[in-house]
Amino acid sequence: MSTLATLFASASLVVAAAVAAADEGGNHLKDGPEAATVRSACSVCHSTDYIEMNSPFLKRAGWEAEVGKMIKVMGATIPEADVPRIVDYLTRNYGVE
Amino acid sequence: MYKREATRRSLLQAAASGLLLAGGSGVTRLARAGLLAGTIDSQVLDTLPGKAPLLKHSFRPPNYESPVEYLSDAITPNDRFFVRWHLANIPQVDAASWRLKVGGDALLQPFELTLEQLRQEFDPVEVVAVCQCAGNRRGLCEPHVAGVQWGDGSVGNARWKGVRLKDILTRAGLKAEAIEVAFNGADSPVVEQTPDFVKSLPVWKALDDNTLIAYEMNGSALPHWNGFPARLIVPGWVGTYWVKQVISINAQTQPLKSFWMNTAYRVPKGKYPAVDRFLSQESETSTPITDIDVLSLMTNLSEGQRFRTGAPRVIHGIAWDAGYGIRHVEVSLDEGGSWQSATLGADLGRFSFRPWQFTFTPRSKGELTVIARAMNAQGIVQTESWIANPAGYRNNVVQKVRIHIV
Repeated sequence: MSTLATLFASASLVVAAAVAAADEGGNHLKDGPEAATVRSACSVCHSTDYIEMNSPFLKRAGWEAEVGKMIKVMGATIPEADVPRIVDYLTRNYGVE
Repeated sequence: MYKREATRRSLLQAAASGLLLAGGSGVTRLARAGLLAGTIDSQVLDTLPGKAPLLKHSFRPPNYESPVEYLSDAITPNDRFFVRWHLANIPQVDAASWRLKVGGDALLQPFELTLEQLRQEFDPVEVVAVCQCAGNRRGLCEPHVAGVQWGDGSVGNARWKGVRLKDILTRAGLKAEAIEVAFNGADSPVVEQTPDFVKSLPVWKALDDNTLIAYEMNGSALPHWNGFPARLIVPGWVGTYWVKQVISINAQTQPLKSFWMNTAYRVPKGKYPAVDRFLSQESETSTPITDIDVLSLMTNLSEGQRFRTGAPRVIHGIAWDAGYGIRHVEVSLDEGGSWQSATLGADLGRFSFRPWQFTFTPRSKGELTVIARAMNAQGIVQTESWIANPAGYRNNVVQKVRIHIV
C-alpha cells in the first residue's frame, strides 16, 4: 500500500470529492447575477446540486421545461418575473445552446 | 436535518473501507464512461449517518448510489446499500409509536398494526431480492435525460424478512372488487403543493407470495435511510414500488390517482418484450414501469485500469433480472466478435444477484475492451443500445470497460 497522498491523487473519484468538499451543503452554484435568485427559488425543496448533476446537456427549452415542471407539478412558488431570469442563468451556466 | 459534510473524514473512511484499493495499487481510474461532466464534478463520496461512504448525487433529498466495488458480493451489506428519496421531509420514525394503517374501500375490516404485532401475529417470510431504482444507469443514457444521473449503483441485493402482504390483506378481508393496493410512507414534501409519494400495485402483484412488508434486512432492522421500521418488498419489480417507512396500506376498487403513478415512472407502450402488465394504470400510449430488465455488471474492473501481459486475471461480476433467473453470462474480449461463458456462482434464489466470474490471461499489449452480457431464463439478452424513453428508464445496455494491457 502506498501513502495516503498517492492514494488520493490516483483516484479521480477522490479528487472530485476533495474539490467538491468546499461546496458546503451541496448548494454551490456558478457565480452570476442570478445565482442568488436561483438558489432561493430551488433550494426551498432540494439542494442545488441537482442542477450541476444535470449538466451540461439541456438546451434552453429543456431548462424551461424543468423550471415549468417544478412550478406546475411540484408546486414551487416562484415569482413569474423571475422565471426567464432563472432559465437564462441555467442555460448560460449549465446548458448547451 | 443532519449537518452536511463531504469531508476528509469521509475520504479516510472510504480509504479504510477498501473502496479505493485500486487507487492504492497505483492504478489510474477514470470515471464511468458515458457520465456527464457535471455529474462527475458534483458527485462526492459522502457518509450519511449509519452508512458507509456512498456516491452522493443530491444531498436533499438524499440520493446516494453504491460505488460499484460495493456490489462485489451477492448480498449487499446494509451500510453499503444505495439510498433514494423523492421528498425531503424524512422523519426519524419511532418504532414504539409507529402504526401501519390497513384500510381502503376494498377491505371489509380495516385495522392497525404495531411493529410488535407485525412481527408476532403473522408468519415470518424471507426472500433474497434485488432492489433496483427504475432510473438505474440514467446517467449513461444517450441521449441524456434529466433526473438523478445514476451510474451503475442504484441497485442492491438483500435478504429481506417480513410478512406476506397477502396475509395482512386476507386478515382485513379483501373484497372481490379490489383492483389496486396503495401504499404511503411517512416521508412528506417540503411544500404541501408537491404531490406526496404514494404508489400502488395491481391486486394480483399485491397477493403474490413474494410481496412482503419487511422489517429486517440482512438480519438487522432496516437502516433509517432504507425505510425503517418497515418497507414494501416487491421482488422482480423496480424500486419505485418498494415504499419505505410504510404507514398505510389501502386496498382500492379504483385506480390510484397520484402523480407518481399517472405521470411519473411510466414508459411508452409496445417498446419492450414480455413485461408484467399493470392494466388498471395503462393509458393509450404509456404504462407504469414494472419488471427489472436483465443486466450484468463487472464489479472489479475500472475504465482505464492497467494489467500486465501473461498474468491470469479474474473478472468478478453479478447478473440479475426480474426473477426468471440468469441462464448465462458471456464475456467478449474482441468487440463482440466472439463470446465465452463466465462461470456462475451460488444461486441464492431467482430474485437475487447471481455472482459470476471469468478468468483470462492478457497476451498482447494495447487497449482492450471487455464486454459482459447476461441472458435470462426467458432467453432475453441485454440490449446493444438504449431503447430511448422520456424518463431515462430501462437502461440495460451491455457494459463495456476499456482497459490497458501493458
